[in-house]
Amino acid sequence: MLQVVIGGVMIGVASALLMATNGRIAGISSIVYRAFFLRGEESWTIWFVLGLMLGPAVMLLSGWVAPPNIDIGWGSIIVGGVLVGMGTKIGSGCTSGHGVCGMGRFSVRSAVAVAVFMSAGVMTVLLMRLGGLL
Amino acid sequence: MSGAVSLLLGGLFGIGLVLAGMTDPAYIRGFLDVTGEWRPELAFVMASALVISALFFQLIQPNMARPLLAEGFSLPTASQIDGRLIGGAFLFGMGWAVSGYCPGPGIASLAYLEPKPFGFVAAMLVGFKLADWLAPVR
Repeated sequence: MLQVVIGGVMIGVASALLMATNGRIAGISSIVYRAFFLRGEESWTIWFVLGLMLGPAVMLLSGWVAPPNIDIGWGSIIVGGVLVGMGTKIGSGCTSGHGVCGMGRFSVRSAVAVAVFMSAGVMTVLLMRLGGLL
Repeated sequence: MSGAVSLLLGGLFGIGLVLAGMTDPAYIRGFLDVTGEWRPELAFVMASALVISALFFQLIQPNMARPLLAEGFSLPTASQIDGRLIGGAFLFGMGWAVSGYCPGPGIASLAYLEPKPFGFVAAMLVGFKLADWLAPVR
């Protein structure tokens, strides 16, 4: 539990420092979109995405953590990935942009988004369980 | 300079995601599985990140004239709660449950050099473009 809270604090500190230094919201879906599709215009997003991969890579190489077992089928990975991309683009944010930054700014819009995606997630897992997919 | 800072902050964010367990899809599904063997720890990840974020955005950022390394703050101005927000968030919640990944942990998991995170990220990029095509911002 302590490790979980330390992880959360690091996410919060990184988000706060990104705004304090570069003046940008740490919304990962938007950062990834800009890094891949607006190449060059906002090069800081490419650096941020590289960091997102390199941080965990350093943890692995140093033997700090082991990779988790990914027990999710390929169909779920692909269908879920497309839905995550479409949903975060249309809804203007994900767990970080709406959940951490938006709610930290006391944005009602972000709080509604978080309530909706959490409820949709819970409902979807429940339906998968009822449908015998879990 | 801002590139190097972005790299470091991305690294800090990614390490935070791994420590918090967010890169383990089974853990995400466990959090959403309230009628099964519910694993509520994820609530503490968001709560602890949110405490830091709220302290910063409410107490520190409003008192800063400008960011340390940029001309000005780029803050979202949208406040409308409309069909795009609700529908988009709903699709995202479904995808999060089905795959066990949200965007940050998907990218961070590329470090594991396993095929499935690459599949997730590729599918997510396709989803971004599908959204631009099917639901363009007018």
